[in-house]
Amino acid sequence: MRIKRREPITDTNLLLIITVTIFVGMYALAMIVWGGGFLNPQQFLNIFNNNAHLIILSCGLTIVMIAGGIDISVGGLNLLVTLSCIVYLDDHSGSVIGAAGVALGVGLAFGLVQGVLISYLEMQPFIVTLAGMFFAKGVSTIIGGGPRTATNEAFLEIKNWTLRLPGIGSYGKAGNFVPAKIELGMIIALLVVAVIFIVLRWTRLGRNLYAIGGNSQSSLMLGINVKRTRFYSYFLCGLLAGIGGFVYLLHNGSGDPSNVAPIEMHAIAASIIGGSLLTGGVGNVVGTLLGVLSLKTITAIVVASGLTKPWWQSITTGAMLCFFIVLQSIVISRRGAGNAKLQFPPWLKFRRKKQPDE
Amino acid sequence: MQDDVVLSMRNICKSFPGVVALNKVDFTLRRGDIHALMGENGAGKSTLIKVLTGVYSKDSGQVNLAGTDKAITIKSPQEAQNLGIGTVYQEIALCPNLTVAENMFIGRGKYHVVNWKTMKKRADAILTKLNIPAGANEQLSNCSLAVQQMVAIARAVDMDCKVLVLDEPTSSLDEQEVEKLFTLMRDLQSQGVGIIFVTHFLDQIYEICNRVTVLRNGEFIGEYEIKDLPRIELISKMMGKELDEISKVHGLAKEEAISQTPLVEVKELSSVSGIKPFDFYTMPGEVTGFAGLLGSGRSECVRAIFGADRVTRGVKYFNGRRVNIKRPINAMKAGMGYLPEDRKRDGILADLSVRDNIIFALQVMNGFFKPISKKKAAEYTDRYIEMLNIKTASHDIPIGSLSGGNQQKVILARWLLTHPQYLILDEPTRGIDVGTKVEIQKLVLKLAEEGVSVTFISSEIEEMLRTCSRLIVMRDRGVVGELSRDEMTQDNIMRTIAGDVAEHE
Amino acid sequence: MNKRFTATTRALAHSQLLIPLLAFFLLIVFNLIRDPSFFSVALVKNNLGNMVLSGNLISIIDNASELALLAIGMTLVTAASKGQDISVGAAATIAGSVFINVLRANDMSLPMILFAFLASCVVAMLFGAFNGTLVALFKIQPMIATLILYTAGRDIAYWINGGASPDLTDKTLTNYFGTFFPGIPIPTPILLVCVCLIIMALILKFTNLGLYAQAVGINENAARLNGIDPVRIKLLVFIILGICVALAGSVNVCRMGSLNHKTALLDIEMDAILAVAIGGNALIGGKFSMVGSVMGAYIIRALQTTLYAMEVSSDAIKAYKAVVIIAIVLIGSPVVKKYASLLFSKLRKNTAVVQTGDL
Repeated sequence: MRIKRREPITDTNLLLIITVTIFVGMYALAMIVWGGGFLNPQQFLNIFNNNAHLIILSCGLTIVMIAGGIDISVGGLNLLVTLSCIVYLDDHSGSVIGAAGVALGVGLAFGLVQGVLISYLEMQPFIVTLAGMFFAKGVSTIIGGGPRTATNEAFLEIKNWTLRLPGIGSYGKAGNFVPAKIELGMIIALLVVAVIFIVLRWTRLGRNLYAIGGNSQSSLMLGINVKRTRFYSYFLCGLLAGIGGFVYLLHNGSGDPSNVAPIEMHAIAASIIGGSLLTGGVGNVVGTLLGVLSLKTITAIVVASGLTKPWWQSITTGAMLCFFIVLQSIVISRRGAGNAKLQFPPWLKFRRKKQPDE
Repeated sequence: MQDDVVLSMRNICKSFPGVVALNKVDFTLRRGDIHALMGENGAGKSTLIKVLTGVYSKDSGQVNLAGTDKAITIKSPQEAQNLGIGTVYQEIALCPNLTVAENMFIGRGKYHVVNWKTMKKRADAILTKLNIPAGANEQLSNCSLAVQQMVAIARAVDMDCKVLVLDEPTSSLDEQEVEKLFTLMRDLQSQGVGIIFVTHFLDQIYEICNRVTVLRNGEFIGEYEIKDLPRIELISKMMGKELDEISKVHGLAKEEAISQTPLVEVKELSSVSGIKPFDFYTMPGEVTGFAGLLGSGRSECVRAIFGADRVTRGVKYFNGRRVNIKRPINAMKAGMGYLPEDRKRDGILADLSVRDNIIFALQVMNGFFKPISKKKAAEYTDRYIEMLNIKTASHDIPIGSLSGGNQQKVILARWLLTHPQYLILDEPTRGIDVGTKVEIQKLVLKLAEEGVSVTFISSEIEEMLRTCSRLIVMRDRGVVGELSRDEMTQDNIMRTIAGDVAEHE
Repeated sequence: MNKRFTATTRALAHSQLLIPLLAFFLLIVFNLIRDPSFFSVALVKNNLGNMVLSGNLISIIDNASELALLAIGMTLVTAASKGQDISVGAAATIAGSVFINVLRANDMSLPMILFAFLASCVVAMLFGAFNGTLVALFKIQPMIATLILYTAGRDIAYWINGGASPDLTDKTLTNYFGTFFPGIPIPTPILLVCVCLIIMALILKFTNLGLYAQAVGINENAARLNGIDPVRIKLLVFIILGICVALAGSVNVCRMGSLNHKTALLDIEMDAILAVAIGGNALIGGKFSMVGSVMGAYIIRALQTTLYAMEVSSDAIKAYKAVVIIAIVLIGSPVVKKYASLLFSKLRKNTAVVQTGDL
């Protein structure tokens, strides 16, 4: 009387497959319909180059979300790190290595404090990281005093360093071959993704993160140090935000405290599109990477399709987010048993025909 | 003698704000013992277990392992595991988002790297050995509750523990699975593992245990050889009073009502839960029961009647009139009440006060725009606290802080307050103490006398024999038989459930 | 007498209003020490020739109006849906742009203002229903569901405004609704908040909204089995929040006389959530205290005004605010309370030992 078992695929993998399929489909469609820039490898690589910091921040957020938490301070922290580095480089004529140290130090300190507050003092993560965001933005105004651009020469040299990819590239207008180039930030971002992927998949810490996100009470009973694991999730997120801030500086060379772009929300969106659930326990950094790429590809598609008014970008981003969120909800609920199933109330009859004689 | 002891706990005290949960409790576990820990709800069993497994820290007392004189302090479940104390909790304490194999190995071992291949291999071996129908790489939430519980046991078994704690592991298992578990326990017993077994099922204790420690109100009552302790004595030790009452509740519900129209009648009813279409009726003042193993569809049937699951086909009549019950509110308005099987998940509103919990259903029936006044609410609360003998410090304390039995009484009060004509009680006696069980059974019979129809579901057939006048027997999500008062014997029910009757005839 | 006093103190100590009350008290004391005249209220003649109340206290309460309005709705959403709506700022901008555009297209009269407000109400309620549908029907966590509108909302307002930042040339609105009605010395937004609070109190008293919202937030299954439709309740709270959003958006337009889709009510969603948390409400739903949330809103504003008065620059203010928030939440944290009481009892024991030692 055994029920035939379904293919043993986990929620994490299922959502990852959806993300991959949709991203590949979307990009392929863009290549066919709009061609042009989408066929140019450089444009594809530029998504990485321009958003390396976002990829790294999103990885941090994915870790926190897998562990069942939320961190909305990463955007502010990104800014703070950028400005601290600029101040260190320019005003204190520091070395680039030192600046990297400053970036990591600020990130780690933030992660440490937030981690302690959230996991050991059991404060609500939303509030703590909200305060973290305020704090980071406020302090960056205080230390930076306004928009700053790095002028340190040693730093600019590294900033302008690019790696030319042999054999991959496009033909310029004059018919000459222009090899595709990638920036240091992209390499760092890919390394981060690889390392975090390995950590999440093959280390005890990684699996513990999934466990506490799935059910923290059970995890405690299973002998996992829940508090410490939760602490690590914020600690890692802080560290990654530090790296992200430095990478942001590497790409942009400047920072502006009055910049209101909500990077943390982009990072959350990327994680969600990449298949992380805010409920915790489900997610994957490879998905997150694709999430960032999807977000940016859709923006490129919007521009390519002629919707050039400034508001279309965020409106389409919102629409895409909506699509993914609803899709995930349906997929996950279809897998759930019994009560978890999506049940529409009887007064909403658009799904079913009228029941005969009732 | 001393060498035999694998665990001794002396003078353990633990108090929570306002309550002394454990007061100088002793507990001794020997090699190869299956040691039952008995007591009513609130006696301190769970607290003692949680002290042992490091979930709570004790206030005072001494814990020794394996006969050493060195007292140990267990600060976390992890430490307990490392000391060789494996635990299976009543509510499945596993992570639903991880695979079966991961759930068996997470939180153990000192390695920082996860080797998926070895893990799968080892998990497969254990699963095969214990005959658990689950794949190692399957996500746990895809498995049935019983399988999840078996996985939890497999995990504990694999840990080579010296002490194995089983805290009500059988409450979600059916008979066959319980038997499997018992085989496993005997196996471990012969290997010299000391097992602490907590359960509410007396039968199981007499079947498998050889020793029992009884707690009452956080106090140590005594430790006994099970063969020297007759059941009735064990119960009286747990309750602290002589218990003729228990044996006396033999409710011969009153003769079948003469009334021609059934109070409730359903035909060809089925719901989204996937039960086979069934017919059912009940007369006013009749106590009916749904018997069957866990998962046989008995809860799903009553849920369909009440409209808790979306009905996919069938018709319902109430008092001879055809009614359209699609949602619980329709059922409530028609005059039904439903006490759900899982109190914690479906019953209590943990953070709300006892008062709000009691008036809740009536309030909802009154409607959105007619709140019950504070005075009225207090009056109702007082009445039912007294009537059902609910032990609570005040009206205002959250229901979550009451003991299981008292919570159940509050939920009962909630439904009694709506004065239902038809009351469905799904496992009202699960996980509560013997005394309350008896009270609830008496109440059922009293209600029936007053003309209320009751449907009573219980995992303990004996309870149903005492209270019900007609039994619907279920197997594999469908009704397989109906037994009238005269046909109702333990043996008969078992055979109907097992499907032997058809063969005999 | 003494017994009753201890009972009251104990009730207060366990009440969730303890933290907001304490924070409020500390803020007041701090300001009074810093500047004894900080809270003095004076009756002065404003530039329109009306006698009006003025002073820091009035401006705190006045400026917190939008926040208080949003906190009311946010409390209900938090209670029932176990999460927060982070799109309120964006949605209020949309509501505000509907309001301002209807007024710009028509002449300024009281019925027209009412009509414009109703229009913005309908729009905000629709967006509330959108969020509510995602949360209630698709069972998506509120923060994620509202992230959609958070992302797109301000640009939808931009779209409605046709790519501009509209302002009102007719100053009737700003003069009356944004500030004072002639003859009434209290700022109109304050009156509006009072009216809303009274309406909300009446709703909570004469309907079961509060009980239902809490029940759904605490245990959705149980609520459903007792005849409540959780989907309806969740939709309802989001739609109520929609009304609050429309009010906040319209009040903001009245105050400013213009609408900038990028800066209007910036970060107010965070402040609104914060107000709920400071009010002693658990952000994971269940029991709530409306009074606490509204107090939370005023505390946040009072803090901001205090910092302004201390001449902290408006950008750096956030950093100080963060520290104070953490301090407030830290005091309220159960873990801290536990350690504090442990420490307290230890100290007591020690003094007892010392005393016996003396003997």
